[in-house]
Amino acid sequence: MLNKLRRLGPPLLLLAPSLILVGVFVYGLIAANFTTSLTDNHTAAQATGQEPAVFVWFTNYLDLLASEDFQHSLMNLVLYTVVFLAGTMVMGFLWAWMLDKPVKGEGLFRSVYLFPMAVSFVASGVVWRWLLNSNQDEQASGLNRLFQMVGLDALQNNWWNNVTFGIIAIAIPAIWQLSGYVMALFLAGFRGIPNELREAARMDGASEWKLYRYVLFPQLSPVALSALIIIGHMSLKAFDLIMSISKPANYQTKVPAVDMFVFKSSFDYANAAAVGSILLIIVALVIVPYLIRTNREEKR
Amino acid sequence: MTAATDQLAAPRVRMDPPRPPSKNRYALFRTLKYAGLIFFLVVVLIPVYVLLVTSFKGTGDADPSRAWAFPQIWTLDNWVTAWTALSPAILRSVAVVVPSAIIAAFLGSLNGFVLARWSFRGADLVFTLILFGMFIPYQAVMIPLNQLILDLGIPTGVPTLIMLHVVYGIPITTLIFRNYYMTVPHELIEAGRVDGAGMLRTYWSIVLPISVPSFVVVLIWQFTSAWNDFLFAVFFSSSQNGPVTVALNNLANGALLQNYGVSMAGALFASLPTLLVYIVLGRYFVGGLMSGSVKG
Repeated sequence: MLNKLRRLGPPLLLLAPSLILVGVFVYGLIAANFTTSLTDNHTAAQATGQEPAVFVWFTNYLDLLASEDFQHSLMNLVLYTVVFLAGTMVMGFLWAWMLDKPVKGEGLFRSVYLFPMAVSFVASGVVWRWLLNSNQDEQASGLNRLFQMVGLDALQNNWWNNVTFGIIAIAIPAIWQLSGYVMALFLAGFRGIPNELREAARMDGASEWKLYRYVLFPQLSPVALSALIIIGHMSLKAFDLIMSISKPANYQTKVPAVDMFVFKSSFDYANAAAVGSILLIIVALVIVPYLIRTNREEKR
Repeated sequence: MTAATDQLAAPRVRMDPPRPPSKNRYALFRTLKYAGLIFFLVVVLIPVYVLLVTSFKGTGDADPSRAWAFPQIWTLDNWVTAWTALSPAILRSVAVVVPSAIIAAFLGSLNGFVLARWSFRGADLVFTLILFGMFIPYQAVMIPLNQLILDLGIPTGVPTLIMLHVVYGIPITTLIFRNYYMTVPHELIEAGRVDGAGMLRTYWSIVLPISVPSFVVVLIWQFTSAWNDFLFAVFFSSSQNGPVTVALNNLANGALLQNYGVSMAGALFASLPTLLVYIVLGRYFVGGLMSGSVKG
């Protein structure tokens, strides 16, 4: 017993501050949040504890999921995620593929493609709000004006002001910011493939396409998975860009994270907590299997 | 697991190209490739052009037909206005980011060391539980977090944000350090053990000195993500006591009707520190990106 304590004691002691912090601020708060989401804490008086909140169990969740307003947010989230994922994966792969073989000025291209990653969504949102201005024709500025200047007038559109697809316009700056990141991942993946493997495949007479299909793609799939997970979970948390480009009150581009902010601002803590929990569940569905999988792989 | 992880091992990311192809039959292909590369280069830089040009424009350039043109008269007015509006917030951002990055890096280093090299049964589970904290949507903790901060009596603004960036930075810093320490040879630490050094001593005199590259990666990562944070900032500070992201957002909201120039100049001020870090310490920056994504 004493021996065990001596062996386990020091590591646990060293970990203790972090374990307590993560325990309280992650798991404790998740539990507290879930509890709040099960109450009727919808008013400022209840939020500040002046009036009691009563348990209503899953009523908030059912009401939220049944409301057209929240369904719109979920739909937006799906659209945004699909476009954001597809955009970053395609661009990131394309850039990595173009830069994989020796290219003059590779460093320049790489640095420029990656730099938006260093900028905050709020700062880039300032510029993209200008670029995605919905005015058209005479009044057009931003991208709509640029389209006119290069003779692509037909491409003019009202961007994030479209009720159904406006959210896709928000995905454009997100793609701009994170494609470089996916590129960096893929590039590292490409460069991690031993040259002998390519040589061997070529020796065996594999065509360029077959080389990719049977040799390179399988080698890249762990990288692709990582990229999908990272971009996917970022996408589910989408908030900053929307706050900065279209503002939280905007129906067209709202997603659950924005709803949560609006609920919180109006002291509807129960619904804010419920939206938070729903987001957590969605993210966990993606992340937990991934964490378990990598954990297992590591043990092998 | 992957090349990306290997590069984490030596946090400098090297991307040496494979051997050049010997034959020249891909001339057309190559031309197309360069055309593509340059095209995307221009596209990626469009927002930069817009930002710079607009920030130097005066009110005379307000007409939409001049949206993409150079300023008729170049003026620094927007820059002065933006700096006056944002400089206090920029200082507060520094006050948030510097201590939180240092504390989170130090905690991460301790955790990483224990989890990688002074392991115990269940260490993997503990690690995974910590790591999960990196992925949670913070919306799922905001409401009780708000209450907790009130109960603890921590003032909103800088102190609260320091604490939050430390706490929620622990998972990623732990991950980066753990993955790095996994590559430290067992023998090095065993040698310490044989010499009778305890855990803390081993950490202090053997592990810490070889951790400098990882510290650089982690500090840059924490610096960048805390500097760019908007979510915690908007929940737990105001434009009076908050960091530059909140101040910028307010500035853009106030000025957005007429004067994009001011908010564009402000956006550049708000981005300069992280851009400088990216330009000067780019390879470490990329090292952080890699480790942020790929678990080893």
